[in-house]
Amino acid sequence: MSNIAIQFENISKQYRLGLVSTKTLSHDLNRWWQTAILKREDPYLKIGETNDRSVAGNSEYVWALRDINFDVNQGDVLGIIGKNGAGKSTLLKILSRVTTPTTGIIRARGKIASLLEVGTGFHPELTGRENIYMNGAIMGMTKSEITRKLDEIVEFAGVARYIDTPTKRYSSGMTVRLGFAIAAHLDPEILVVDEVLAVGDAEFQKKAVGKMQEVSRGEGRTVLFVSHQLNSVRALCNKCILMDNGCIADAGDTETIVSKYLNQYNDDSMRSIWINPCNEFYSQYFTPAKMYVIDKKSLLPTTELNNNDAFGVCIEGKVEAKHHGFNVGFAVYSSSGELIFWSLNTDSLPHKFIDVQMGQNKIVMWMQPHYLNEGKYRVELITSIHNNEWLCKPETKSPSIFFNINGGLSDSPFWQEHRPGIMAPINEFEILNI
Amino acid sequence: MTEKWTTIIKPQTGLFEINFKELFRYRDLWQLFVKRDIVTQYKQTILGPLWFFINPIITTIMYMVVFGGIAKIPTDGLPQPLFYLSGICIWNYFQTCILKTSSTFRDNEGIFGKVYFPRLVMPLSTVTSSLYVFGIQLLLFAVVYIYYVITGLHIAPNIYILLLPVLVLMVAGLSLGFGIITSSLTTKYRDLSLLFTFIVQLWMYATPIIYPMSMMSANKQMIAALNPLSPVVEAFRYALLGTGTFNWWYLGYSFAFMCVVLGVGMVIFNKVQRSFMDTV
Repeated sequence: MSNIAIQFENISKQYRLGLVSTKTLSHDLNRWWQTAILKREDPYLKIGETNDRSVAGNSEYVWALRDINFDVNQGDVLGIIGKNGAGKSTLLKILSRVTTPTTGIIRARGKIASLLEVGTGFHPELTGRENIYMNGAIMGMTKSEITRKLDEIVEFAGVARYIDTPTKRYSSGMTVRLGFAIAAHLDPEILVVDEVLAVGDAEFQKKAVGKMQEVSRGEGRTVLFVSHQLNSVRALCNKCILMDNGCIADAGDTETIVSKYLNQYNDDSMRSIWINPCNEFYSQYFTPAKMYVIDKKSLLPTTELNNNDAFGVCIEGKVEAKHHGFNVGFAVYSSSGELIFWSLNTDSLPHKFIDVQMGQNKIVMWMQPHYLNEGKYRVELITSIHNNEWLCKPETKSPSIFFNINGGLSDSPFWQEHRPGIMAPINEFEILNI
Repeated sequence: MTEKWTTIIKPQTGLFEINFKELFRYRDLWQLFVKRDIVTQYKQTILGPLWFFINPIITTIMYMVVFGGIAKIPTDGLPQPLFYLSGICIWNYFQTCILKTSSTFRDNEGIFGKVYFPRLVMPLSTVTSSLYVFGIQLLLFAVVYIYYVITGLHIAPNIYILLLPVLVLMVAGLSLGFGIITSSLTTKYRDLSLLFTFIVQLWMYATPIIYPMSMMSANKQMIAALNPLSPVVEAFRYALLGTGTFNWWYLGYSFAFMCVVLGVGMVIFNKVQRSFMDTV
């Protein structure tokens, strides 16, 4: 006996960027020709890039979602968190049937009501009462259902006095309250909520969260909840999904996922570990999987470094084919974005080159102590086939992480404070005979 | 698995999978949309629904001056106001429906982007709520009609008046069909919608609104009847005023035409509604 309420199977969504133009028409015609007449696969489904909005990509097609697979059990309150543009809203839109997935299938048990916005379809000229009927019907309620719940809704929204006044005379808070009140009384088996708790005053927010808890715990309904307000997510959800670039980066219980999100994704500019859930930067010669900084003594990942310590930048990745011209290395930038150096595994004599192995590799670049000054640095992965092809080209949003160097500048009593400059080497001084 | 899935969301459905059951389940919404359209149209106006009279009255006067007075186009022996008004009532209804439904997707982007309901509810309620305006204008026509009967004009409706509901249904079906086809085709490429407004404008002159079909030769009448709206307008006049050409064949052709347009429209609309949000 299974109690899965929603099942996502290989859900992907492709969007086309740019303007609709004659080029779109030619693509459409080509697609029609290939699929309908020649019975081939859609030529434009194969291309497309991961949707990272901050990078200018090469392809006109992007994947807003890619191969989403997961099940939601009945009675679960599932939080979906992630950066802007991670695909959370697209996922909810597909679930709400506002748009369709490009591939894949979603199966669900029970009525799905979605709250992507409160008060959809409110007409400013209609009275509160009329709008309750209007909005309720849009959400899929019948007239008699609404009539039965009318008093409850009015009471919850706290607009009894204004119920026969056109909603254009309402304050924005009242409109929102009314909208949420209708949604809260929908009684669907599955409720999909997108950020709507962000509106309204503190008292109402509390009321709304309380109502959602009541709905999920008391009545055993399934709720999917997208929010950037991690406090609401913590208060409401028992499970969480972390999305990144259209893929599910992680799933599990709320506390674990939320803290993971806070550590890694919340502030992009402080990311100390880079992981690759979507298999980006794929190449048969080297596909990076994970990048982080490790301490030389303990060999454990670290984020805070002392200038006394030797440390290394570590990259893990998979090799499916070996190439004699394969280069791996890193570019290090100052906090102001200035390039400090590039360093590659092939900088030495050829016989000293490290040799990557087929399968998983873990490569580290050791940095000397007393080398960089205190401060924040960014290190970016460089991989290429020498003089032939870039695999991860620096300055093109190649995988990168940040690390901090703090203290441990020298053993000298004269140099304990921060000094200007990018480097902080301790050089040898000598008096030469004149 | 013992329990069945009740909702299945997948990329593509068959061409003819129109969910009429679901459409029926949302009948309350349809009713509410109709009510909303009617109620909000004249909120905060002093004359209210009277505005619906003003348009046909002024149009009729315009036609009397231009087509009746200057161009001297015959009116089948009928008083000019009666002749023009009968045509204007039907034409206005057709034009309102076709123009409004043809922009269904664009006008309702906001709602459609947030909530799912069968999209067909929208154009259906547009056609229904416009019926209300049509009714008011028909009332005006009745007033003018009665005035002429009292002043001694020999006109009387005949048995074909029973066809009136069918005729109205045909106008509604034709406009809905053409409207939703255009609406579906213009989500991605807007070229057609620009052309369409123009086509509708010209369409009026291809329909016996300002001229009677009887002023044409039999051959030309055949060609004129290719326009599926022409037999409907002629039958309407024939039923109420006793003039004009009434031909079962032409009317049957119009009816078949309507069925085809409506069917094709539903299929296209159904296909487009699922993913139009990405392209509109």
